[in-house]
Amino acid sequence: MATTTAASPETPIGYGRMKRKEDARFIRGQGKYLDDIVLPGMLHGAVLRSPYAHAKIVSIETSAALAHPKVLRVITAKDLETLGLAWMPTISYDSQAVLAGDKVRFQGQEVAFVIAEDRYSARDALELIEVEYEPLPAVVNARKALEADAPLIRDDKDGQTDNLASPLWEAGDAEEADQVFAEADIVVEREMIYPRCHPAPLETCGMIADMNPETGQLDLYNGNQAPNAHRTVYAQVAGLPEHMIRIMTNDIGGGFGNKVPVYPGYVCAIVGSIVTGKPVKWVEDRSENLMSTGFARDYVMHGRICAKHGRITGVRVDVIADHGAFDSTAQPSKFPAGFFHIFTGSYDLEAAHCSVKAVYTNKAPGGVAYRCSFRVTEAIYLVERLVGELALKMEVDGAELRMNSFIRPEQFPYENKTGWTYDSGDYEKTMREAMRIAGYDELRREQAEKRERGELMGIGVAFFTEVVGAGPRRHMDILGLGMADGADLRVHDDGRAVLSISAQTQGQAHETTFAQIVAEELGISPDKIEVRHGDTDRTPFGLGTYGSRSTPVSGASAAVAARRARDKARLIAAGMLETSPEDLAWEKGRWYVKGDPEKAATIDEIAAAAYGEAPLPEGLEGGLEGQSVYDPPNLTYPCGAYICVVDVDPGTAEVEVRRFIAVDDCGVRINPMIVDGQIMGGLAEGVGIALMEVITFDEQGNCLNGSMMDYLIPTALECPDWELGATVTPCPHHPIGAKGVGESATNGSPPAIVNAVCDALYRSHGVAHIDMPLNPARVWAAMQGRAEPPQ
Amino acid sequence: MEVTININGEPVTREIEPALLLVHFIRDTPGLTGTHWGCDTSNCGACVVQMDGLPVKSCTVLAAMAEGHEIRTIEALSIDGVLDPVQQGFHEEHGLQCGFCTPGMIMTARALLDANPDPTEDEIRTAISGAICRCTGYSNIVRAVRWAAEHEAAQPRRS
Repeated sequence: MATTTAASPETPIGYGRMKRKEDARFIRGQGKYLDDIVLPGMLHGAVLRSPYAHAKIVSIETSAALAHPKVLRVITAKDLETLGLAWMPTISYDSQAVLAGDKVRFQGQEVAFVIAEDRYSARDALELIEVEYEPLPAVVNARKALEADAPLIRDDKDGQTDNLASPLWEAGDAEEADQVFAEADIVVEREMIYPRCHPAPLETCGMIADMNPETGQLDLYNGNQAPNAHRTVYAQVAGLPEHMIRIMTNDIGGGFGNKVPVYPGYVCAIVGSIVTGKPVKWVEDRSENLMSTGFARDYVMHGRICAKHGRITGVRVDVIADHGAFDSTAQPSKFPAGFFHIFTGSYDLEAAHCSVKAVYTNKAPGGVAYRCSFRVTEAIYLVERLVGELALKMEVDGAELRMNSFIRPEQFPYENKTGWTYDSGDYEKTMREAMRIAGYDELRREQAEKRERGELMGIGVAFFTEVVGAGPRRHMDILGLGMADGADLRVHDDGRAVLSISAQTQGQAHETTFAQIVAEELGISPDKIEVRHGDTDRTPFGLGTYGSRSTPVSGASAAVAARRARDKARLIAAGMLETSPEDLAWEKGRWYVKGDPEKAATIDEIAAAAYGEAPLPEGLEGGLEGQSVYDPPNLTYPCGAYICVVDVDPGTAEVEVRRFIAVDDCGVRINPMIVDGQIMGGLAEGVGIALMEVITFDEQGNCLNGSMMDYLIPTALECPDWELGATVTPCPHHPIGAKGVGESATNGSPPAIVNAVCDALYRSHGVAHIDMPLNPARVWAAMQGRAEPPQ
Repeated sequence: MEVTININGEPVTREIEPALLLVHFIRDTPGLTGTHWGCDTSNCGACVVQMDGLPVKSCTVLAAMAEGHEIRTIEALSIDGVLDPVQQGFHEEHGLQCGFCTPGMIMTARALLDANPDPTEDEIRTAISGAICRCTGYSNIVRAVRWAAEHEAAQPRRS
């Protein structure tokens, strides 16, 4: 970056509320999603799944299915064993069965794969496969999984004698925490669970695999969030040359973390194409999506918080992480609890400590970050829920307690007690802006009046600091891959530009935002910049889109690539203007001679010259391009102040989110319309998680939320009209000062909502905590003094 | 069995299995993939099309039941390249992100405005409450429908 010039902030061209370039195809029904793709001769696959959560497989009989006139193949674990593909590595260096051979370990686990001429026949044939199971006792509760007599789930792993999935992991200083807690004026202790929930993108997961037996070329159509990283993983697992694999994502109907992992169905589709020599499409149904693909959260947390002289001084927590049957948690490999140790929140603490242990249970694997940067959501929920309860018990205002305890602006860069270096922020300013929009004092007056009348109104506050944009390669990788992102920019001779990126939109509008970044840096209209993504043959390597990392990493890469092109443009312009590069100054779209602004070369003219016939300055090659592989020097730390107003029906315990105020500080905003859109979507998902979205199991391990009849997602009726605000504290180390925003709202909103409900019920009913989801049955039970965590 | 369904003004005749869902008929035969499938259980609304002018979830209609009926999909909404005001409203108000729910939302909203040209925010929220959007948080969808209502009132385009 030392070789690049800085853009002038006075003459913006790219940033602002530009309408989205990608809308044109979507509003006409012309998006191209996975299931829209039809290849000649394509076959269809379907997965047979286990009805049991834990059972030995005695036998699998496939002859009746094979006799179906439209069925070509039935693949089982035995077939995969001959190819060395019966098991695959997970994103967390665990192993996961592609198809179960010895036993099944969760309900919905993949057992066989049918390939037929059409999708209906493939599904019909599933019912013709006979599997004899010998049921085993199941365990679905994380604490019970640790008991001595718990059934052993991972008997496939050498030396595994219990259900611990990883060793105890700690951060912070326990002794220091002991001391700070001993000296505190007040300590609040709370066992809470962040229940298992599911990203449930509206488009489910799927794959079309097309292996060309003559050339060995493997084309994969697959809507995933990290196509370049997936390609590397497939190459390593299958032993294929990476350059002979091409992944094309096309349009993706939402991801939210669910489309980060490699799923067994993908591998089955690839094997299916290899053995049939034809393209094989597999698209899961909604139940398969909810019951078998990456869930989120499932953290059992025992938290403690303390305060002295009206300030928060310490936080500590012991966590049991429930990974399900296989540990496929999505996180940088050196971070077994993701970024959970940011649980210190936005506060200048004297001490902090956490311990995390992880267990196997007879539940689906996953631990993906549902609109979350690697467990930061659990961390923020923990600390903000503890602060909420602390404020209730100290009988002080939650906003005041937070402001008394915040990291102050002059303390940045701020090193917290668990090793993070926060980049920038002005937390009190952000908090006060939210209070201004909310009319906070007036709300408190209204609440007091309503209390007099027996009405249950609650005001919940949450203030979060996220850690996103993973991440510096000196600290983090995923499966040995550095977490950098590439950007290739080419300015064509007609002044139009093409930017190829490794980030992968699932609705985030990269085609617009990234064009605006280049526009800002090069002075080319965003309309003349095409952004390419989602095709490994046409994009540079990089780790993709999750953990709010697109703008912090890939966006930075685009800006740096554009600056490199601009630097080269300067050299060409110097030749054109017969002067030295040092005598030129930049303003959006042109290099001009200092002191003689009329003498200038526009970027269009420079681009034409770059490819033209006239000689270029000595030693300069033709073309106008810029390339970058951006390795972020630090993570970014967006923050936000959220205020939620709820009314709880005293008769039915139904919670209505009446108002929701969200003030986000995500640094420099490239397109405020798109930023606000990201925030509103995250708020709706936060309402879902807080009030209705949960994946639960009975004691036999049957999933009780395996369809949208039972996995409830908020509609327009459960969501208020969001009230948004902004403060802007630029990121000091990002080329354009941006911090990322995609997941902020899902982090901040659940604790704000739960804090609001507890604020409504604490004085009248003594309710200081209810585990999510706060559906009427659970809130009613809490009001009667019978609160139970969800199972 | 053979069925004939009028889709966007064109009769489509095909031999089908009785179990074939209308959503798959629409997507497979004329290849109109703007109508999406999302849930199996009539909860998500990604598959909404209009049948005889009323919104239906095409994952919950057998193709055989649509015999002789008129189906209208997202692909027929713009006329001679001119966007329907609802389509334009979704663009103007940022009423979409990943785009997967968008055709179902737009067809639902179109049916609402055909029946109620000047809906309130509450009426819009109720009308689209059978459709799930995972991306937008709905506020901008409500604004998009209001945009369409206001611009349609100013410039009626239908006879």
